[in-house]
Amino acid sequence: MSTTVVEPIPRGTLGARVGRSVWDWMPAVVVFVGGIALWEGLVRGLDVQNFLLPAPSAIVDAFWTERDTLWGAGWFTFEEALGGWVIGCGAAILAALVLARWRTLGTALMPFAIAANAVPIIAFAPITNNWFGTLNQLSKMVIAAVLCFFPVLVNTLRGLTSVRPQQIELMRSYAAGEREIFRRVRIPNALPFLFTGLKVATVLAMIGAIVGDYFGGSQDALGIQIRRQAGIFAFTEAWAAILVASILGIVFYGAVATVERLTMRWHPSAGGAAE
Amino acid sequence: MNEQPIVVQLRGVSKEFGHGHVQALEEIDLDIRPGEFVSLIGPSGCGKSTLLRIVGDLIKPSGGEVVVNGKSAPQARLDRDYGIVFQDAVLFDWRTVEKNIGLPLEIMGWERRKRGERVREMVELVELKGFESHHPWQLSGGMQQRVSIARALSFGPPLLLMDEPFGALDEMTRERLNLELLRIWEQSGSTVIFVTHSISEAVFLSTRVVVISARPGRIVGIVDVDLRQPRNIETREEPRFAELIREVRQLLRKGGGFDAAEGSGEEDLIVAEEGLQ
Repeated sequence: MSTTVVEPIPRGTLGARVGRSVWDWMPAVVVFVGGIALWEGLVRGLDVQNFLLPAPSAIVDAFWTERDTLWGAGWFTFEEALGGWVIGCGAAILAALVLARWRTLGTALMPFAIAANAVPIIAFAPITNNWFGTLNQLSKMVIAAVLCFFPVLVNTLRGLTSVRPQQIELMRSYAAGEREIFRRVRIPNALPFLFTGLKVATVLAMIGAIVGDYFGGSQDALGIQIRRQAGIFAFTEAWAAILVASILGIVFYGAVATVERLTMRWHPSAGGAAE
Repeated sequence: MNEQPIVVQLRGVSKEFGHGHVQALEEIDLDIRPGEFVSLIGPSGCGKSTLLRIVGDLIKPSGGEVVVNGKSAPQARLDRDYGIVFQDAVLFDWRTVEKNIGLPLEIMGWERRKRGERVREMVELVELKGFESHHPWQLSGGMQQRVSIARALSFGPPLLLMDEPFGALDEMTRERLNLELLRIWEQSGSTVIFVTHSISEAVFLSTRVVVISARPGRIVGIVDVDLRQPRNIETREEPRFAELIREVRQLLRKGGGFDAAEGSGEEDLIVAEEGLQ
């Protein structure tokens, strides 16, 4: 009766998509290369003192000579960050599920979670060092975990509860129970929120671990390296350590962002077909 | 008449909101028989959507009795007697077309192969072949609504509840989907309750049009639509079509529909009037 002239939307070929994404990255690459070149040029041209700001080439040099120590220290601190991230995010997800399931509990506790989110938790680092032992990696994991906990909790809970009422009505019309609604509506709905929290948490975990190191820790830790090098005026080496911390932080963030993309291929922002 | 079974029986159904401050529905009595296509029409805020939700046990009535297939509404819901279509398609963004249609079947524990077969049938019924693995955001509004209809019909519910399903669509898409809905209704043999505020849509689709007044929502009258079946594009040209529209319009006026009509409801009523001149 009706002649619907609609065609499936063609999906771009892999080559075309890769080509386009390389093109999309071009501006960022240009800015990065330009920024480094400018930095190098200014430091040389204005003859900036090494202790104020070393040139990128000097930092890379220092990184290369110290690479074994730096990577060792970097990995040690990354373990602290990763451990804290896993503990903090895991606990936050569990807490969010519980608070979303038993809503009265949620309304009773949420104001405290939001208030706690505003507390500068990093200030507790000396205390956790005292509780769990300065040399123990666990003391840094705890501070990283507490830092990760609140943003992940708040985001996940928002995702679990911000479901469209009609979606719940539909599920009820299928005689679906609360468990089924969680599994098929609330949890998938929360994923974009969850990943936002998890990505923020990677940054917080790195900060927690490194600042935790600053308040005392094993000689193998990156934070200790940075503090010690800066203390003996070896600023180029301190910058090299910061470079390591940055690389690890970016890789950590990128890894979570990649998992997000793979998990949420359905999401419009994941690219794929159609504009 | 009484020897025929009744799918939906409403007796003195009423609904108050805000602790009795707003009387949304008052003394609604209505019987709906198998295979009927019943439209509920009235101005915005007359409680027609509320009535639909009461039938589907999505909200509880304040008073009166709702019997669906000889059972209470909650029992009918637990027995999965309802297929529901809202104004928004309410699709699940993370599921493909295929998986959206199959969602009720998954919940009802259909085995994979049987589910796949049924989903394929449904995709054909609503003419979405080739779009099975698309995600909702890749579809037009009309296509999304067809997915939603396929999903509602997938488990073969005896009663289809539709709440202004085409209200958000453009006129052309709407007329095309009206025709498709009639074809689907004939094939599935479901009973349909259809909420709309377009007079012409109600008359074109229905076997009966129930006109409801604004606050409190009462049944002003019921128009039996005796247009011949199956209906097609020419149906709208028949003189009888215009007469029926006039009848519905008069009932709406009697119920205060024209004074109370707001927003898109009013536009529809004006359009319907113009169509008669």
